[in-house]
Amino acid sequence: MTFSRREFLRIAGASAAAGSLAGYARLALAQQAKGNVVVIGGGFGGATTAKYLRLWSNGSVDVTLVERNPNYVSCPISNLVLSGDRQIADVTLSYENLAKKHGVKVIQGEVSAVDADKKQVKVGADTLSYDRLVMAPGVEFMVDQVPGLTRELSETTILHAWKAGPQTVALRKQLEEMKDGGVVAICIPKVPYRCPPGPYERACLIAHYLKANKPRSKVLILDANEDVVSKKGLFMKVWGENYKGIVEYRKEQNITGLDAATRTVKFDFGDPVKADVLNVIPPQMAGALAKAAGLVNQNNRWCGVDWLSLESTAAKNIHIVGDSTFPAPGMPKSGHMANQQAKVAAAAILNLMSGQPPSDQPLVMNTCYSLIDPKKAVHVAGVYGFDAKEKTFKSIQGAGGVSSEPSEMEGKFAYAWAKNIWADTLN
Amino acid sequence: MTLRLLPMAVALAALSGTAAAADPNLARNLAATCFTCHGTNGKSVGGMEPLDGEKKQKIIEKMNEFKAGSKPATLMHQLAKGYTDQQIELIADFFSKQ
Repeated sequence: MTFSRREFLRIAGASAAAGSLAGYARLALAQQAKGNVVVIGGGFGGATTAKYLRLWSNGSVDVTLVERNPNYVSCPISNLVLSGDRQIADVTLSYENLAKKHGVKVIQGEVSAVDADKKQVKVGADTLSYDRLVMAPGVEFMVDQVPGLTRELSETTILHAWKAGPQTVALRKQLEEMKDGGVVAICIPKVPYRCPPGPYERACLIAHYLKANKPRSKVLILDANEDVVSKKGLFMKVWGENYKGIVEYRKEQNITGLDAATRTVKFDFGDPVKADVLNVIPPQMAGALAKAAGLVNQNNRWCGVDWLSLESTAAKNIHIVGDSTFPAPGMPKSGHMANQQAKVAAAAILNLMSGQPPSDQPLVMNTCYSLIDPKKAVHVAGVYGFDAKEKTFKSIQGAGGVSSEPSEMEGKFAYAWAKNIWADTLN
Repeated sequence: MTLRLLPMAVALAALSGTAAAADPNLARNLAATCFTCHGTNGKSVGGMEPLDGEKKQKIIEKMNEFKAGSKPATLMHQLAKGYTDQQIELIADFFSKQ
């Protein structure tokens, strides 16, 4: 059944009480979104939001992206820098096309303050005004949660390398300098943390390097969680078969002390570990700027959002995308998910800026590939629909799953995935 | 009065039934969940199947085969099950027009 525009408006107008219809009448009368959006943080969440705000508004909305780094260094694929199979330049990407192709105004700078009442952001000596603000500040490391660890140590010797960049290069150097027969210890925090399968992929790729170059060495995975939190069966099989005698997994390893001089870690249960390369990934929370702006309102760690719009539940006109969000049930903190959330946010913001409600049926999906060596990969995937009753995303039953086994075909897809998400985010 | 209202009630019922189609951005928003791997607007930059300009019916058929498990896949058989027939139709329509 179709209606002419006039008929549609007459019917819709005559039934103002008919709930959702009124919303769609407004949609039918859609005005072009106009205004000015500032995006803080140019990772998978922030950069994607900036691009899609421009793309989907046909350039009618002004977008300014503020990012502290001159380039984007991708966490996905960066574990291959640790194994020596890639250089950091291979995972370093430019913001150039966001400006050139999409007209995003890219500012390299550090945001010092967010004023939600005045709708202003301070960047150095400049003040930027916004109609809506998008914050994608990623994660902050809770270094003080690890007894014996300090911020300085975590940036110089007891590296996390959990944000790709100089630390990735420095950790690679430690691995190269380690003697054959050395021990690499990877300490994993309790969930939720950025990229659940990431530490296990790291263990595989470091083991791959050691197996070929320093075969008497070991990789100890010291996991604070009760068990492997992602792709368990697949990783356990790979560690037991491909990296037998090199990788050892220990669960429930809560750090109670750390001595940086001897690179020794103590745990509440189990033996202390003295490592030659000690890679401690600290527990994480929403980015520091989110905390400073008063947006951290869940467990004193994460930012609550309205999942229809990704608008903060703590402040109006501020949307939060990516790892800083308090996750919906089963929703991983992944680059893929941040890219997906960004599109929900961009669509919702453009609706709101043209006087319409956000779509009431958003959908997001996730795919995470993990390389078990430079050629073979495994995946975990899921689809998440919006549950109107509980006002959150929920994993769609029957959908999603993991690989049946590691394969070279999935290895090829892992690299193709990276190329495509980089392009979808930045080009 | 009752007689005059009846056609409108029918019209309203039909409208709410096609409310999804009335959201002009729904197809785009749903298709955007594919962009991460298959490229912005389905224009893959390599290694993943491009979806832009693909025939609507072909996308629907493939997705149904993934759902049924009759088409070999590494992960699309798992992802296809997360989309309803109506969502797949909207997505297929969107890509066919790119």
